[in-house]
Amino acid sequence: MRAFAALYRDLDAATSTRHKTEALKAYLKPALAEPARWAGAAWVVYLLAGGKRKQMIPTRLLRRLALETTGLPEWLVEESYQNVGDLAETLALLLPPAGAAENVALETWMDERLPALRALDEEARYATLSGYVATMAQEDRLVFFKLTTGALRVGVARGQVVQALAEATGLDAPIIAERLMGYTQAGRSVTAEDFGALVAPQTATPAAGGRPYPFFLAHQLVAPVEDLAAKLGPPQGWIAEWKFDGIRAQLLTRGGQWRLWSRGEELIAEAFPDLASVAKALPDGTALDGEIVVAREGAGVAGIEPFAKLQQRLNRKAITDRFLAELPVAFIAYDLLEENGADLRALPQIERRSRLERIVARARARALRLSPRVEAADWPGLAATRAEARAIGAEGLMLKGREAPYGAGRKRSGPGERDLWWKWKLDPMAVDAVLIYAQRGHGRRASVYSDYTFAVWSGPQDEAGRVLVPFAKAYSGLTDAEMAEVDAIIRRTTVESFGPVRSVTPTLVFELGFEGIALSKRHKSGVATRFPRMLRWRRDKPAAEADTLADLQALLPVSPAV
Amino acid sequence: MNLIAARPEGLYCEAGDFYIDPWRPVDRAVITHGHADHARYGSKTYLCHADSAPILRRRLGDIDVRGVAYGEIVERDGVRVSLHPAGHILGSAQVRVEHKGEVWVASGDYNIEPDGTCAAFEPVRCHGFITESTFGLPIYRWRPQAEVAAEINAWWRANAEAGRASVIYAYSLGKAQRVLALVDPAIGPLVAHGAVEPMNAIYRSRGVALPATISPEGMEKAALRRALVLAPPSAAGSPWLRRFPDYADAFASGWMQVRGQRRRRGIDRGFVLSDHADWQGLLSAISATGASRVLATHGSAATLARYLGERGLDAGIVQAEYGEEEGEAA
Ligand SMILES: [Zn+2]
Ligand SMILES: [Zn+2]
Repeated sequence: MRAFAALYRDLDAATSTRHKTEALKAYLKPALAEPARWAGAAWVVYLLAGGKRKQMIPTRLLRRLALETTGLPEWLVEESYQNVGDLAETLALLLPPAGAAENVALETWMDERLPALRALDEEARYATLSGYVATMAQEDRLVFFKLTTGALRVGVARGQVVQALAEATGLDAPIIAERLMGYTQAGRSVTAEDFGALVAPQTATPAAGGRPYPFFLAHQLVAPVEDLAAKLGPPQGWIAEWKFDGIRAQLLTRGGQWRLWSRGEELIAEAFPDLASVAKALPDGTALDGEIVVAREGAGVAGIEPFAKLQQRLNRKAITDRFLAELPVAFIAYDLLEENGADLRALPQIERRSRLERIVARARARALRLSPRVEAADWPGLAATRAEARAIGAEGLMLKGREAPYGAGRKRSGPGERDLWWKWKLDPMAVDAVLIYAQRGHGRRASVYSDYTFAVWSGPQDEAGRVLVPFAKAYSGLTDAEMAEVDAIIRRTTVESFGPVRSVTPTLVFELGFEGIALSKRHKSGVATRFPRMLRWRRDKPAAEADTLADLQALLPVSPAV
Repeated sequence: MNLIAARPEGLYCEAGDFYIDPWRPVDRAVITHGHADHARYGSKTYLCHADSAPILRRRLGDIDVRGVAYGEIVERDGVRVSLHPAGHILGSAQVRVEHKGEVWVASGDYNIEPDGTCAAFEPVRCHGFITESTFGLPIYRWRPQAEVAAEINAWWRANAEAGRASVIYAYSLGKAQRVLALVDPAIGPLVAHGAVEPMNAIYRSRGVALPATISPEGMEKAALRRALVLAPPSAAGSPWLRRFPDYADAFASGWMQVRGQRRRRGIDRGFVLSDHADWQGLLSAISATGASRVLATHGSAATLARYLGERGLDAGIVQAEYGEEEGEAA
């Protein structure tokens, strides 16, 4: 625990991404050399890469601990909390220092002590907890309380953990990223073996166990139709498909089991029991990439419902049969990453596509659809088809290089533009932005944080030292229910308050639409947007995957050469 | 009747017709210490500790100031006024006022942990005590100075080894000298900003031993890279810092106890080093006075007063126009 607490302090104190990566490396390097420390390192990676544990000790027990061990009146504890803004930190500051402190290993906390605590009744739990805290060094307490409240956030992006692991082990970052898929699955326990597998020497083994492949992410295509031929060559070099607005997911069948992974790397099969039939119809050793949408009977593009319907399903805790019947989902498959256990990602898109067509045809599953291809002789023809997207519930077209392999993450644009995936949206004036400040609203909304400031990243995910650059404010586009939920998250993740404004840990991503964009010297971001509004809450997207300033600039109208 | 009461000009002693740390010009001002929110311009006469007098002259220019020793009694109209060490900065004093057997003490700012750069705090028995409450919340609990010193030295050493200067933002009067007295001068050169050095000179002239400090002018790049630099908070991000090829920065203040405060400043490190009493320090100082009436001012006054009231003291607050000097630029 001591080593993790020290790392936590270093990360917390670090003011740049580079410092954070360095601090992580400084922790990982000695740990790598000492297999006895791997069980601890496994948890450190889990927790920093975004793994979440349930709240292991209820807040009321922590408040009671504060009151009983300090003897302070309740109002003073409350006032202290208001001043600090974080319960774990308040406790760490209020409790009297320990007499003789012991250093209990992180893995002992995670594997034994904390789970055991959960099983106790209220009084026994309180007694055990206060015993633990009494013998805990002052410097360990903050991270301990952060762990037990399930709110361990230290501003480390998953990409930084990948980078630090790569630099510390000498392995390639994509290999680490791939091995890390599924590692932080909620509720999972990690062991020294897991850490060993993460840092093992490079071999050519395919994705292990039930883990998905890193998702290949698309770039926004913003260019006048007449430029497309020059930019992308003839449309015959591309596979065009409808871009549906659903949940991107990988469906895997391996070792007799099936798994459904979201892009945010959550296992989501529980929410979609109606896709079990799809899995059953697929041969073992298959990995499909596609989109989950609400769709009634039909094939191709028939009966596909807008995202709001899917949202309704996601909002439900329990999924009843009636609900399944009312809002059935389908998996629209558009790529085949694995067949008979073999990794197909290096094959050309067109080859993967034809294998996918065969697999979907053989499966004959009602809830499995093949993503239809859209064809046209030239770009204007394709643009005309794209204009009909809205009528069938799509957002536009996807363009995928015919000969291109399946990449990892978001490949940089540049010379390899024909190896990319492009999303060619109908309304391209939208980006996925991160909420960084919130302000109380007015009138009816005076008690809710309803006005938000949004930011995009200054550079791509792998760029060291990138920061969030604010560029727009928006206060409309959410339902009251969503707003209440966002408000609660804002209060939970507040970093500081300045009067009516709070800054928050960047976790919330929204698709932000606007009606125009122009260069602006007055804005830090260099651009000004017109009538920004929240199109939807991207619950599926981690903040690190939000769009960048370059994505935003790509939307600028082409200015005449000066 | 309280011997000392709040007036728009400041804390006033009617029996002796003088003000303590007035924030508006008055005829007779008794000054607890030289910080800008306590020693203001415009009064006709000033009475303060002898070590404070040069600080007041430096800050306020040509003023009529009389410096006295700790414990020396100044009497007028049957009111006896004396100054007693407050342990806050050089020359800082609590003001003891005695009239017809009743004793009141106005603490000014105080720190009960001795630090070697000024006379150590001495509790003064009194009936009424006007206490500061800058850090009047139980979340403020200072660690022993030796531990903070070790932390600062380790940070400086690591920076020096990595070839970057270590810039500590600290209030130029008091905090900067405390840091100087704590650090290990063997690690590298000690550089003082132009706002800090005149205060160092006053400390030295009053017999406080501080390690040698130099100006960065004409220093070699290699030496700059190993230096510990003391600069006022207002120097953060200023062109003055451009002379350092590479530097890490830190802020030394009691406010650094809370992570949100550290983050807000966007600095590399926060050292929890205060020249005010922490929560326990305030409580022990108050109880050592034996006072039955306590008025809190300056910071978390309402919180402290409520807490003391619940513990059976006759406690209230005094509205004052002091700043939060630990957080703001001089
Ligand atoms: Zn002061
Ligand atoms: Zn003050």
